[in-house]
Amino acid sequence: MATISTNEFRSGLRLMVDDAPCAILDNEFVKPGKGQAFNRVRFRNLLTGRVIDRTFKSGESLPGADVVETELQYLYRDDDHWHFMHQETYEQLAVSEGVLGDTAKWLSEQDVCRVLLWNGEPIGVTPPNFVVLRVTDTEPGVRGDTASGANKPAVVETGATVRVPLFVDNGELLRIDTRTGEYVSRVKE
Amino acid sequence: MPGGRAADPEPAWRPRGDRRRWERRARLIASIREFFAARGVLEVETPVLCARGAMDPAIRSFSTTGPDGRTRWLQSSPEYAMKRLLAAGSGPIFQISRAFRAGETGPRHNPEFALLEWYRPDFDHHRLMDEVGELIVSILGCETPCRVSYVRAFRELAGVDVDSDSDASLRARVRVAGASERTAAELERDGCLDLLLTHLVEPGLATLAGVPAVFLYDYPASQAALARVERKEGVERAERFELYVDGVELANGYHELTDAVEQRARFEKEGRRRARLGLTRMEVDERLDCALAHGLPPCSGVALGLDRLVMLALGVAGIEEAIAFPDTIA
Repeated sequence: MATISTNEFRSGLRLMVDDAPCAILDNEFVKPGKGQAFNRVRFRNLLTGRVIDRTFKSGESLPGADVVETELQYLYRDDDHWHFMHQETYEQLAVSEGVLGDTAKWLSEQDVCRVLLWNGEPIGVTPPNFVVLRVTDTEPGVRGDTASGANKPAVVETGATVRVPLFVDNGELLRIDTRTGEYVSRVKE
Repeated sequence: MPGGRAADPEPAWRPRGDRRRWERRARLIASIREFFAARGVLEVETPVLCARGAMDPAIRSFSTTGPDGRTRWLQSSPEYAMKRLLAAGSGPIFQISRAFRAGETGPRHNPEFALLEWYRPDFDHHRLMDEVGELIVSILGCETPCRVSYVRAFRELAGVDVDSDSDASLRARVRVAGASERTAAELERDGCLDLLLTHLVEPGLATLAGVPAVFLYDYPASQAALARVERKEGVERAERFELYVDGVELANGYHELTDAVEQRARFEKEGRRRARLGLTRMEVDERLDCALAHGLPPCSGVALGLDRLVMLALGVAGIEEAIAFPDTIA
């Protein structure tokens, strides 16, 4: 990959820092009136999710990271891997559980996810913002209680646990925001 | 958004701010003129388009071509011309002008900016600090600024002994402060100090001093630029100061160097440093050189970033909010 100078730094740009692909979160130009100019940069390490702060002399360059984001459909899982497919090329890609991380608990077959590839290898999977999942285990619903605001835990078909209002019953479909892990509403079948 | 209407995007032609904000900026500038008029300081004007640019290797000047086909530089500060006025017997002078620095864009930098610069014959840098303090107290209504020496600030806020720590130990500090390996390896001693200044000293100054406005003074001799160097307690110090308000660098002042021979030597040294760093070659300003040879009266001078002062007075977060037409929409 080409190297990229601090002059071209902007949020979202992906670069190699300490041999890991990172995305710029924030880039600030600082300079004493009579002195050396610096770029103070905040990165997210795309492998670990950790945030790092690093300062560069203005004009210094970093190698770009060959990172692309693509939309892939989740097909099925086997013992070691979760299998995804590109919906136009039908190309398939296996993702290990370690890379999938927390995303695993939201995925049901045919969900379309955003998959981050570094040098062609998957390094991260983002689930759809909203998923619809069936309740498999919760205390029986309390009919009519739509106002108290009280809640209880419910396990959904993928194994995740979410807090739901008391009226939710086993077998119902729920809309869930995967970014917060919160219940949004019931969904009629 | 359900039930609501998305806000209209700001139209591209629209300047920043509103009538009220432009009025506050205009009133602030008017009060600066009153401040100097009351003290008998003469308002002057000097060219923006100059035959010679700043020698300072840390400053990149914009250039264009003059009617004679030769390069002209957009001034990065009116210092050289104002010193020619002083040498010609102007007495105390001030100027509110445009200044330009290439490659400087950020929350506190706009490549074109407003500068308030003034010179006081017979003032040393401490007496000029008094006056800078009076001006900013009158404008910002803040407490009288405190003074903290560069050496003390670095000792207490960066854990560095500016005089005796080795280059290697400064590099180690710079690494801890977050510099990349390459930056830490390539920075010269003053570059390391600049990094520690921006990362550790500036953010802690107001707390160290106990007031929001702080003068940092008596710089390392290597950072004298156009300031006098005096021996104090056995160590050479540049009689230079910077004013910080709430961690924002606002002004830079010197007890001015008047020795033409020493000034020539410093310019030549900066010229060699520019060459070593592969920067644009800059000719020494012979007219300034001759003016200094003719005789610059003993004086102190200071340059204050006017857009930053407006930013602080308005209580806005970035310099773009203090300027109706920042570079992004100029």
